[in-house]
Amino acid sequence: MATKAEVLDFIRIYADKMAEHRQELTDLDQAIGDGDHGINMSRGFKAVMEKLPAVENKSIDEILKTVGMTLVSTVGGAAGPLYGTAFMKAGMSTKGKEELSNEDVILAFDEAVGGIQFRGKAVRGEKTILDSMIPAIDAIKASIKEGKTMAVALVEAEKAAWNGVEYTKTIIATKGRASYLGERSIGHQDPGATSTAYAFQAANEVAQKAGK
Amino acid sequence: MVGIVVVSHSQKIAEGTVELAKQMAADVKISAAGGLEDGSIGTDVSRILAGIEAVQTGDGVVILVDLGSAVMSSEMAIEMLSDGSNVKIVDAPIVEGTIFGAVQASIGASLEEVINVLAGTKSYKKF
Repeated sequence: MATKAEVLDFIRIYADKMAEHRQELTDLDQAIGDGDHGINMSRGFKAVMEKLPAVENKSIDEILKTVGMTLVSTVGGAAGPLYGTAFMKAGMSTKGKEELSNEDVILAFDEAVGGIQFRGKAVRGEKTILDSMIPAIDAIKASIKEGKTMAVALVEAEKAAWNGVEYTKTIIATKGRASYLGERSIGHQDPGATSTAYAFQAANEVAQKAGK
Repeated sequence: MVGIVVVSHSQKIAEGTVELAKQMAADVKISAAGGLEDGSIGTDVSRILAGIEAVQTGDGVVILVDLGSAVMSSEMAIEMLSDGSNVKIVDAPIVEGTIFGAVQASIGASLEEVINVLAGTKSYKKF
């Protein structure tokens, strides 16, 4: 499960990570895209941090929707509509909630990834966010099904996300600006898959701190 | 009158394109939704939303886009409208499409007619 405080903590830690890894994400994007992913994500989450105090006492869905709305107006690149839709969809699935059960968390992740697929019209294996996000969510589902705690599930999820990031080095980009490079995109790690892996890293850190 | 929104990652491209189109059709309903609020490169769903609302008279709106997230951000803006059924993104060159669209709209063409003309601008020969 996840309390509202943990959801807020997740957003704050993820925002810190986007600031901390700004250069790394930008460098990855410079190799195969337009070189703005780190700049865009850190700008978007900086704006989120400014908006957060005004909604932190509201229900979880209001918090998530505010994050999404802020991202679509401040990220600037494709990551804005993609991450924005993910947070907004996750928000819609948690309507009125003050805390989330494991089932709620899984539903929110499912809605988020569904939103990204709808928005980006992409599937797994195209060198995108989905290549780290889908395996991470699958890992959460498998762990919870085996009766493990969310903390254990998120350790597995982060591992799966980074494995997904590694996998993006081996495939050709067919979506976004990296697709202009065709085969030359092989060997490069996808910046979107990487920023998503940091989301699971943030979630994992929150869960370990809570110890459940 | 059909409205036009120009969505570019660059505020200057969006505003410059609008400026060109207005030279041809001064009274056309057209808005520029370029860049982010602080002027940096990118697309912003709320700026696009405001751009649509500024030119919607009920006769419909066409959106011209440059590339990448301009399409996704415009799609999101349309979904956020209470009724986005007569707001359409067109796959046309942003500068030529905006000028042709503005001329069509200014002579009272319907949304369908404007869209048809814009569809043809992809094969427009410059020389």
